[in-house]
Amino acid sequence: MAHKKTGLVSLEEGGFAIFLVLLAFVCIIVAGKTFDQVMAFHAGIGALFAAVSVFLIFKNFFDDGGEPFPAEIDGKPNYNMGPVKFGAVAAMFWGLAGFTVGLIIALQLAWPALNFDLPWTNFGRLRPLHTSAVIFAFGGNVLLATSMYVVQRTCRVRMPGKILPWFVILGYNVFIVLAGTGYLLGVTQSKEYAEPEWYADLWLTIVWVFYLLLFLGTLWKRKEPHIYVANWFYLAFIVTIAMLHIINNLTVPVSIYSTKSYIVWAGVQDAMVQWWYGHNAVGFFLTAGFLAIMYYFIPKRADRPVYSYRLSIIHFWALIFLYIWAGPHHLHYTALPQWASTLGATFSIILWMPSWGGMINGLMTLSGAWDKLRTDPVLRMMVVSVAFYGMSTFEGPLMSLRSVNSLSHYTDWTIGHVHSGALGWVGYISFGALYCLIPWLWNKKQLYSLKLVDWHFWLSTIGIVLYITAMWVSGIMQGLMWRAYDSLGFLEYSFVETVEAMHPFYIIRALGGALFVLGAVIMAYNLWMTVRHGEAEEAEATPVGSLAPAE
Amino acid sequence: MADTQNKEVDQISGVETTGHEWDGLKELNNPLPRWWLYLFYVTIVWAVIYWVLYPAWPLVNGYTHGILGSNQRQEAVAAYEKGIAEQSEFADKIVATALEDISKDQELLQFALASGQAAFGDNCSPCHGSGGTGAEGYPNLQDDTWIWGGTLDDIHTTLLHGIRSESEDTRFGDMPAFGSDELLSRDEINQVSNFVASRAGVETDDGVDLAAGQTLYEDNCAACHGDNLEGLQEVGAPSLMSANYLYGKTLDDIKRQVATPRNGVMPGWVDRLDPATVKSLTVYVHSFGGGQ
Repeated sequence: MAHKKTGLVSLEEGGFAIFLVLLAFVCIIVAGKTFDQVMAFHAGIGALFAAVSVFLIFKNFFDDGGEPFPAEIDGKPNYNMGPVKFGAVAAMFWGLAGFTVGLIIALQLAWPALNFDLPWTNFGRLRPLHTSAVIFAFGGNVLLATSMYVVQRTCRVRMPGKILPWFVILGYNVFIVLAGTGYLLGVTQSKEYAEPEWYADLWLTIVWVFYLLLFLGTLWKRKEPHIYVANWFYLAFIVTIAMLHIINNLTVPVSIYSTKSYIVWAGVQDAMVQWWYGHNAVGFFLTAGFLAIMYYFIPKRADRPVYSYRLSIIHFWALIFLYIWAGPHHLHYTALPQWASTLGATFSIILWMPSWGGMINGLMTLSGAWDKLRTDPVLRMMVVSVAFYGMSTFEGPLMSLRSVNSLSHYTDWTIGHVHSGALGWVGYISFGALYCLIPWLWNKKQLYSLKLVDWHFWLSTIGIVLYITAMWVSGIMQGLMWRAYDSLGFLEYSFVETVEAMHPFYIIRALGGALFVLGAVIMAYNLWMTVRHGEAEEAEATPVGSLAPAE
Repeated sequence: MADTQNKEVDQISGVETTGHEWDGLKELNNPLPRWWLYLFYVTIVWAVIYWVLYPAWPLVNGYTHGILGSNQRQEAVAAYEKGIAEQSEFADKIVATALEDISKDQELLQFALASGQAAFGDNCSPCHGSGGTGAEGYPNLQDDTWIWGGTLDDIHTTLLHGIRSESEDTRFGDMPAFGSDELLSRDEINQVSNFVASRAGVETDDGVDLAAGQTLYEDNCAACHGDNLEGLQEVGAPSLMSANYLYGKTLDDIKRQVATPRNGVMPGWVDRLDPATVKSLTVYVHSFGGGQ
């Protein structure tokens, strides 16, 4: 190679190399001394990741002579899109995996024999695999990829670091592998949506702090006077998730050689912390983060200005301030004191309009461009996503009221509610963002086929509707059957009768899920064909995503 | 603001932008939608009213109780006690009435059957099935074959104390493991099993000495299962006369049960359900049609 050597490695490269070498040693020692096979396996993964990373750091150094990448080329920002590409591909991969596991457990609920009597495939292990795969693996990679893309472009600056962005995106995916394989092998701390054990949590904390630094560093270097609204939401998401994750995972490991740990919180305090975390995972991961995606990709795709700057400010701060209070509504009629449950319910109601502020801003941005919904299925997907967001953020406050909750809680209604948000809102806005992002990242003129996007849209929309309506009917029926008394004051139905009554709806739900999975498979094919065979953007033409850079 | 000079009017909506621009994205300077703002205020007012009425805010010691005096724990306890009180008229009467007399009072019988059905669904049906028809290892309660007796008193005792349960007064029967404890040889087990099968109308193996089987039966089994295979309910030894067996109805099942018997467990309900409910369950199970 003709590169001239600049001498020593940079502080960043050296720092990461030392950290990773130490990590590899710790992992090897733990793997060697542990009595716990899963710990040995996971420490092995850690050692392998660390060792390969160190190798790549030095290989890269010797290949390019340690030259830093230019921040600008010909006066235009030289954006770092490699990690974004990785995140986009990982999102599609984990999405397919997570949706499929969801379909499998939906089928298991209808036909329990499908767990094959194997420990690895029983519902109890596959359920957290499904939830984590769709929320953290699929959703998380979408958030990481889009946030790195959006923050660079709206700050008109390359994100800092050579190793840092790769460490964040790869480290995050190592966490996903640790979490997912752990569930299958029976490692869990039994906290919903926070199942990974202490060592995986610790690793995620490290990765997340670096993610925060990466994001803040990009904002710090920005070439624009103001910070775009999407970045406020991304930042709120990153900061709050760090806080929630750490406080809900304050555990004491049995030993550093053991996968098992115990939480420091006890009894109802533990439950309260868990649902403070759980609800704000919805609020800051699945809402704030994906609102950030909405604020960039909808105006971009519609080619219209954001509807109201003032609304975005007010609803942002209201959302941030109010969401954090709503957790106790998950614990109505439990050992939680009534006053806490009241606060949770009332703040959930106050949260209704701040949530809808995002919906209004998303939908009204379309004003003047509604005709595009006829011709552009990607935009249609994102708009329907916002409609689902509006629907589930209306349903949520309703369900948080004690009197409604006494019927809905513990029933399939909750499952239906979650999935109208998850499939409709999070799923569709992510699909929309990926459909935009992939051609931009690989410099293609357009998607391989808009027709296939259309198919994806309609199949999965039918799927979602089947899913949600089946769960509404099943859930309300279940709740009513539980509370039905006969004239002599005895329960009208035994538990098993309610289970039997739900069976047909479980089949309909699985059918809806199958359509959703089918849609995602079509999407993956479409994106693959876009990357492999899409028509290249002409070298001189401005990519679709970068029209009219600010003067 | 510094951006004032960049403000422009959006051609389509006629609304001014804020003058900011990022990566081609602009913002319109629309005001907050009125309906949105007013609904936001309404929800806040509603919440404040709710806080005044109900327990809501934590204080240094205790919390604000709200002017309605609502206390959901007390409300739940009161509702539970009200339900119990409403049923107590009949429930007390059931406790006071002899089992065989319950059916003489139509109202009381109706209550007992309703109570029994509700209790059966949540406590018994997981093993015995919703209709009480049982499954392999779990007796059918609809037929007239009873291992420990099918009279009201027998059923009541079984319900109260269970079978091989942790209750002190549990029913207890322990069939010896003729195979795994090496009380009989493999050939002997074969012979005695074939003998039992021949009497129960189950297909037997060819060329097995049934007479030897009968001798073995008389020496080892008859003490409990009776000379004519009729069984003995006092020790829970089932009748072997017809192949209505708990652990399978084939010759292989018989052999397996002789060699390594399974001794199933039923929990006692004396400490889990109140006396009226256990008596109601007795009447309910007896009413299935097999009661004696």
